[in-house]
Amino acid sequence: MQTETLIKMANQIGDFFEAEPDEAQANLEIANHLNRFWTVDMRKQIATYVIEESGAGLHKQVVSAISSHLKV
Amino acid sequence: MDDIKYTKSNYIAPKYVPSPDYGTPKKVSEKLVMLTIDGVDISVPEGTSIMHAAQLSGVSVPKLCATDSLEPFGSCRLCLVEIEGRRGYPASCTTPVAEGIKVHTQTQKLADVRRGVMELYISDHPLDCLTCAANGDCELQDMAGAVGLREVRYGYEGENHLKAEKDETNPYFTFDPSKCIVCSRCVRACEETQGTFALTIEGRGFGSKVSAGNKDFMDSECVSCGACVQACPTATLMEKTVIEAGTPEHSIITTCAYCGVGCSFNAEMKGEEVVRMSPNKDGGANHGHSCVKGRFAWGYATHKDRITTPMIRKNITDPWQEVSWDEAINYAASEIKRIEAKYGKDAMGGITSSRCTNEEVYVTQKLVRAVFGTNNVDTCARVCHSPTGYGLKQTLGESAGTQTFDSVMKSDVIMIIGANPTDGHPVFASQMKRRLREGAKLIIADPRAIDLVENSPHVHADYHLNLRPGTNVALISALAHVVVTEGLVKEDFVKARCERDSFVAWRDFVAKPENSPEALEKELGVKAQTMREAARLFATGGNGAIYYGLGVTEHSQGSTMVMGIANLAMATGNLGREGVGVNPLRGQNNVQGSCDMGSMPHEFTGYRHVSDDATRALFEAAWGRPLSAEPGLRIPNMLDLAGEGRFKALYCVGEDIAQSDPNTQHVTHALESMECVIVQDLFLNETAMYAHVFFPGASFLEKSGTFTNAERRISPVRRVMAPKNGFEDWEITAKLSEALGYSMHYNHASEIMDEIAALTPTFKSVSFKKLDEFGSIQWPCDDENPSGTPTMHVDEFVRGKGKFFVTQYVPTSEKVNTKYPLIMTTGRILSQYNVGAQTRRTKNVEWHHEDVVEIHPHDAEERGVKEGDWIGITSRAGETVLRATLTERVQPGVIYTTFHHPESGANVITTDNSDWATNCPEFKVTAVQVTRVHQLSDWQKHYKTFSEAQIAFANKKLSTQQPA
Ligand code: SF4
Ligand code: SF4
Ligand code: SF4
Ligand code: FES
Repeated sequence: MQTETLIKMANQIGDFFEAEPDEAQANLEIANHLNRFWTVDMRKQIATYVIEESGAGLHKQVVSAISSHLKV
Repeated sequence: MDDIKYTKSNYIAPKYVPSPDYGTPKKVSEKLVMLTIDGVDISVPEGTSIMHAAQLSGVSVPKLCATDSLEPFGSCRLCLVEIEGRRGYPASCTTPVAEGIKVHTQTQKLADVRRGVMELYISDHPLDCLTCAANGDCELQDMAGAVGLREVRYGYEGENHLKAEKDETNPYFTFDPSKCIVCSRCVRACEETQGTFALTIEGRGFGSKVSAGNKDFMDSECVSCGACVQACPTATLMEKTVIEAGTPEHSIITTCAYCGVGCSFNAEMKGEEVVRMSPNKDGGANHGHSCVKGRFAWGYATHKDRITTPMIRKNITDPWQEVSWDEAINYAASEIKRIEAKYGKDAMGGITSSRCTNEEVYVTQKLVRAVFGTNNVDTCARVCHSPTGYGLKQTLGESAGTQTFDSVMKSDVIMIIGANPTDGHPVFASQMKRRLREGAKLIIADPRAIDLVENSPHVHADYHLNLRPGTNVALISALAHVVVTEGLVKEDFVKARCERDSFVAWRDFVAKPENSPEALEKELGVKAQTMREAARLFATGGNGAIYYGLGVTEHSQGSTMVMGIANLAMATGNLGREGVGVNPLRGQNNVQGSCDMGSMPHEFTGYRHVSDDATRALFEAAWGRPLSAEPGLRIPNMLDLAGEGRFKALYCVGEDIAQSDPNTQHVTHALESMECVIVQDLFLNETAMYAHVFFPGASFLEKSGTFTNAERRISPVRRVMAPKNGFEDWEITAKLSEALGYSMHYNHASEIMDEIAALTPTFKSVSFKKLDEFGSIQWPCDDENPSGTPTMHVDEFVRGKGKFFVTQYVPTSEKVNTKYPLIMTTGRILSQYNVGAQTRRTKNVEWHHEDVVEIHPHDAEERGVKEGDWIGITSRAGETVLRATLTERVQPGVIYTTFHHPESGANVITTDNSDWATNCPEFKVTAVQVTRVHQLSDWQKHYKTFSEAQIAFANKKLSTQQPA
């Protein structure tokens, strides 16, 4: 899948959970959403992107959610 | 489980037994009144008419102008009775019972009067009973017999109406005024049952006659619901099918296959031919009413375009080859095996549809999960109500509407957001209009002035919040801001029923000044004062109920808005009893059901995630196959991957993604890139033009199963004729499974439901036998609620405590600019249904034969566009050309269209933008430019050539018997 599509989708998810005041909780929620609704291939692709491109274009919160809690 | 095991050969649909016509509606009262009718004592609720009471005690009083679906009118004078001690002969239909009265319904005097009345009627009525279409089904005829009319003394020479001209303009029924007895049942049906007020009685006395506003029926306000036809006691208003075929001889109860209201019908049959579909008086969702689609638009089932023989081909540029079922199934199976070997399991998947029965959806997802070995299964709810499933599960704990339709009769304030019930959910709209005429208040949030705003007789919106498309979440925050800051929160409810922390976070968030109506006024385009007043009304006006549709879900923040709605309902204490609630109006008949049946890639039946080990173990044990714990691909993911050559095989049952999904060119590119597309449908739909295997499907008249409507009501679909294609749809799926080496052995759809019930807690006590008994059941239906659950979340929410979510407004990335300065939004109309595959193949096209674009006169003038001009609509995704109509229903800056016709290409323009949580496409907001043009767009020209070639391939298909 095009990485841009995944970035856009991940950022939209990030936008929603940005309203969560507790940052740790927000990280958990974002990763949880990805774990529950994205296929493992999609998750792997975004995780690789975060490592290889240091998550350029992704919201900071999303990057930290992916780095800390994503199941790949 | 149940003692009876249904099989195809022993299943006998319960015969429809008509309940008696009580003459006047049932009354509800705590107080009972005792009276004597023809010597029999009976006690009935206060307010009941004598006629109704008599029928309850088994006595039929002759009547013509009364019927129990309508309030009595008292005009025919046939129902007179005598009451001991009272003077005169009161009409039993309009006279309520009184304590201790003694009523006589049959005396010599009454008989004389009644005969006199009948004589007058008959003297102005054609005596062609033997050749009349209503012969044997005419109340006038019955009454002539009942009162013993033997002669008519007046002669037929005098002035009469016998030569009055017929009105045959409506494609489905005729109006023959020569047979009219001016009982006004039709007029009252149009007012009370339908709420359209199209008919009146013109003139007085002998000169009075029924009129559709002095116009032909087709040119009048009539919406062809058929309520008047059903109410007419004579052959004056008559279905054309009955005129052609004669009166039906048996009748089987089934469920409409169109919208999410899920009306119950009696399929009135002559052998295997449907003569009439008449709405079932005992239907839980419709109480004897229907709309033009369900009652009349079923002719598609026998339309000449229907394909009934399986077809295969190697490439989509090849003509189709007609083959036997075995050949088609084996070919499909071999292709699936080949693709699995070459590309792996994850390159395959399935799509089901909300037009499928629960049983069909269930076996399809079972096939994909257990046999294909992947969770790549999705359903068309992805593109309509997936945010509802997500949002309501998060907040309340169950992915479903909270009420019954009848609940609206106890609502005091009705808020409709992004829905157009009079077009999309007509029968429910009629009920809602009844409540509004009784005085309930109405708030409408919609960019466009839908009919309920001010275009429905005796109904108008108290507030129309005509927000700009895409700003829903800002609106719900503004309304919540008023509730919170003006102290209108129902603190007791929130304290007792909701998670405190989540409430506090939400309260503090909406209370922020940036969420005030004043701060958001400009973004929304709605006056702050109007929002304040609407919010106050909703919070303080008594029972508040929210009804919403795709105008809420089909946005980039669709799921956020659903949660925002649930937040507002919780904060105002409007959940857990009748008259309130959060009510998603589901588009298609089985949107709720298809979601319940585990058709989404991440969950099994009953909304249980695939990663839940206990649930997965349950299914693995039942199905005998290992199952994946990882969520599969959603439709847009499948399409993205297909376009990149990484998704290769699709089994698509009853769904037409090439027309109904956004960004058509992206979809067709994806389809073209696959190696095996299997389509199962009635017609060569748009997706089938890209298919390699076509399995002809069965219509709803030809199969057994169940549909679940918007109020979680499971209703039976019953086979009233043999499938023209040879098999019910679940049988085809089972055959494919068999060919893939996994046996699905069911004798009858009821056994599939038994399996669903055994594996799904909310369906635990559902069975066909129970449905036969109860008529319909609203899930959850289990040991605690053996007859179902009309209202949800009564004592506590399904998730325990209700959870508030902070709903930050994030403007969509689909923004207007100088290149694309207008916003296009989409919707539906009454006579057509979804992609139109069915309704376009009925006479409903007489109401809507093309999709047009509504544009505000101001925007039109700027572009030199006049009524009826062709206009080119260009978006970031594509271009199409449609005819313009100028109207102030849309606001300046917004255009609106429907998408019932494929050549319109409305989805050529819609983009890939989607809901953040569920990928539900943002159909409702597309930035566009509009210009006057003189020819079709390139896409439309290409479409025309392509679809003509594909139709020719299907028409000139090669048969195995005679190779070309
Ligand atoms: S068909 Fe329906 S809308 Fe039309 S006149 Fe009859 S009741 Fe009214
Ligand atoms: S058309 Fe039928 S229902 Fe209407 S007034 Fe005439 S007889 Fe009665
Ligand atoms: S389309 Fe909807 S409202 Fe119309 S008859 Fe069918 S279920 Fe009822
Ligand atoms: S039925 Fe009572 S007056 Fe007609």
